[in-house]
Amino acid sequence: MVTGFFKRGYLFLMFVFLYAPIIVLALYSFNSSRSRGSWDGFTFQWYLDMFQDRHILASLYYSIIIGVAASLVATVVGTAAAFGIHNMKSLPQSAAMNLTYIPVLNPDIVTGISFMLLFIFLHIRLGFATLLLSHITFNIPYVILSVLPRIKQLDKSLYEAALDLGATPNQGFHKIILPEIMPGVITGLLLSFTLSLDDFVISFFTTGSGVSNLSITIYSMARRGINPKINALSTLMFVCVLILLIIVNVLMSRQQNSNNSRRLGNV
Amino acid sequence: MADALISLYNVSKDYNGSEAITDITLHITKNEFLTMLGPSGCGKTTTLRVIGGFEHPSKGEIIFEGVNINNLPPYKRKVNTVFQKYALFPHMNVYENIAFGLKIKKMDHSDIEKKVSSILELVALTGFEKRSVNSLSGGQQQRIAIARALVNEPEVLLLDEPLGALDLQLRKEMQLELKAMQKRLGITFVYVTHDQEEALTMSDTIVVMNQGQIQQIGDPEIVYNEPVNSFVAGFIGESNIVTGVMLEDFQVELAGKNVRCTDKGFFRNEVVDVVIRPEDLKIVKESEGIFNGIVKSAIFKGVHYEMVVFAQNINWIIHSTRLQPVGMNVGLNIDPFDIHIMKKVMAS
Amino acid sequence: MKKNWAAYPYIFWIVIFTVVPLILLFYFGLTIKDSKGVVITLANFKRFGEPVYIKVLIRSLILAAESTFLCLLLGYPAAMILADRKLNFKSTMILLMVLPMWMNFLVRTYAWLTLLEKKGIINMLLGYIGLPPLNLLYNDFAVIMGMVYNFLPFMVLPIYSVLSKMDHRLIEAAEDLGANPLYTFRKVIFPLSLPGVTSGITMVFMPSVTTFVISRLLGGGQYTLIGNLIEEQFLTTGDWNFGSAISIIMMLIILVSMGFASQYETHQEGGGLW
Repeated sequence: MVTGFFKRGYLFLMFVFLYAPIIVLALYSFNSSRSRGSWDGFTFQWYLDMFQDRHILASLYYSIIIGVAASLVATVVGTAAAFGIHNMKSLPQSAAMNLTYIPVLNPDIVTGISFMLLFIFLHIRLGFATLLLSHITFNIPYVILSVLPRIKQLDKSLYEAALDLGATPNQGFHKIILPEIMPGVITGLLLSFTLSLDDFVISFFTTGSGVSNLSITIYSMARRGINPKINALSTLMFVCVLILLIIVNVLMSRQQNSNNSRRLGNV
Repeated sequence: MADALISLYNVSKDYNGSEAITDITLHITKNEFLTMLGPSGCGKTTTLRVIGGFEHPSKGEIIFEGVNINNLPPYKRKVNTVFQKYALFPHMNVYENIAFGLKIKKMDHSDIEKKVSSILELVALTGFEKRSVNSLSGGQQQRIAIARALVNEPEVLLLDEPLGALDLQLRKEMQLELKAMQKRLGITFVYVTHDQEEALTMSDTIVVMNQGQIQQIGDPEIVYNEPVNSFVAGFIGESNIVTGVMLEDFQVELAGKNVRCTDKGFFRNEVVDVVIRPEDLKIVKESEGIFNGIVKSAIFKGVHYEMVVFAQNINWIIHSTRLQPVGMNVGLNIDPFDIHIMKKVMAS
Repeated sequence: MKKNWAAYPYIFWIVIFTVVPLILLFYFGLTIKDSKGVVITLANFKRFGEPVYIKVLIRSLILAAESTFLCLLLGYPAAMILADRKLNFKSTMILLMVLPMWMNFLVRTYAWLTLLEKKGIINMLLGYIGLPPLNLLYNDFAVIMGMVYNFLPFMVLPIYSVLSKMDHRLIEAAEDLGANPLYTFRKVIFPLSLPGVTSGITMVFMPSVTTFVISRLLGGGQYTLIGNLIEEQFLTTGDWNFGSAISIIMMLIILVSMGFASQYETHQEGGGLW
């Protein structure tokens, strides 16, 4: 019992360490005093200010647009690539996989700089397009790495059974293969979206003037010291992540339940 | 019991309110090969884990050489275990696995080497010291697991379905080897299995368990020939189990006929289970036996034929070396001493 | 299902966006532009050998090693507790451990600014109990705290996943053979968890040694790590050749250390136990 108490205490301290900074941040976002030495009273002022800040709104817009577009493109290209790589002979396959791993293993700063060199070499002006292209590129490997194991696990006889029952190869692909690998595709999509939202380093080197995402905006504001608007923005972001995670968890547990009942029904 | 090495008195173990074993009382004597036999979930492995110290009983007492060891942790007990699927340490080679227990006892380096090589000789794997355990076959891993436990010279060796993962041929070989090893070393073996044939082959004593309770304790012949209830009869060997009524001592009403038997001491008109082994039913000419029936099927089983005879609305299973053609009308005969009358067990 | 062509767009993409940029990086790293034009040279790499830069490299490696060690020290017990089969509300606990990773990296770093600054909450609390304020920000301590805070979950999760998949019977077997809990930990649990430990170490060490955000925000302007050095070459000094050379050196350090780690992991996993 003593050890149990100790263990719970340790975990509790761990969570204090992990959450205290975020909670303090959130508290200060409601503090009407600009200097954080004191608590002057409750206010929504910083949230109102934030929503009137063109710069923040623009970067929020870019973050979401880039995140959605990059994750969608990366998912399509990456899923197709996973099939292609799966069907390759072993030598080109291992070459392709090694190339796939490069952006995953390379430090972000090196990836960002090499992208920047490429765009300048190709005379593409740094801005929205280069930002999008970079995000797609660093997302594709993660899609491949989450789809490929699914394809490897595929039971070949499922597809053959579909053909045997009269499905055309196209129907077989859409009705059998795609649903089977779907969990991997969705994982890849979600992973890409979050990585894209979270990215700072690569975006920092590949964007041009006028286009910045939330990470870049926070960085440039934070370099000038503390700004209550960042507190408000951060709190809002944390709440969004929390709500999103809860929704995903509820959906997943519900899906699991329906899967279970379907399985029982089949028996 | 005075000569018991380990005694369990009224041991129960529950997990979150549901009892895995209930009121187990069991005495294990020195040098015996005791087998706990039963279907999966019957509590045999839990009983073994209680003896090994991996579970602590919720109720009851475990006495080892006269001392209560209820709360003694596994590493202080003079028993060793051969785990299901072996549990060999994958990051150690064969030598390091076997020497694990000896190193803890701070034994001399050269002594450890000697002991390891002699135990490897015992399990017929001389020269395997430097091999990685992952490179060994299932049978070899099995032997290493046994060697790792035996090298500590335990008073009692616990074996949890140790042969379950091996194929049939290897399993039969290992059964004989284990039995020989136990005799030679004079160590008490407590063996858990769900395989009745394995239990009959190896054991001095069989403990038949079901639903967390002991059904019968006895030597293999007793348990086979005189099962105490229809569960034991059904689990050990094949049996015809039918419901009968005890009319008076030595008289039972069985499938609509009054039949002589050798059992007594039941209430008048008590409803009982009647167990008849398939090899004890004799096929005779029609009208010359107790029942008349018709042969419904016959399958060749190697040494004997297994036939099903339908008589008195019951399908009787019969083992015989002489084939009767399907569709033939036959008679069935039973010797009175082959009829086993048992108290009815509650439906399980 | 012979859809070999499905990979062609990707191969094209990889060549343009992964291979060509690396070639460019090497091109810049191995050349110098002077009055006579572009010259192939190792001068950029030689320049990195100057004591100023070597000091920056060593400082980066030491800071990263320190925070990795702290993460291991704090994270291993946490992973063990999480992997305990008797832990209540286990999935909630694990979710709580993962949740901070979903927060924006910049926000997480910025949060420490609020905690550590002169008028921040820690100094405020110190003031309440009558202690003088401390200089918590813009030093090694702040940078290490930032690294540990950001990367701790990367240490906990791989160790947790190895520990929770570990065959419980191996632990029982050790106890059965006479090992007390401490010995069991030293000889069985810890060695078997090494694959998780190595991947945790790489996952913490790599971003720590390459970061320029944490050092810039929490270490202040004058604070230079190797990541800052690279950033400076590209965005302030404009010496792309030297910047590329440093990037190549950093890339090689990372790849070599990862190579060691992965070799170690496959060696450990040789048995295919998990």
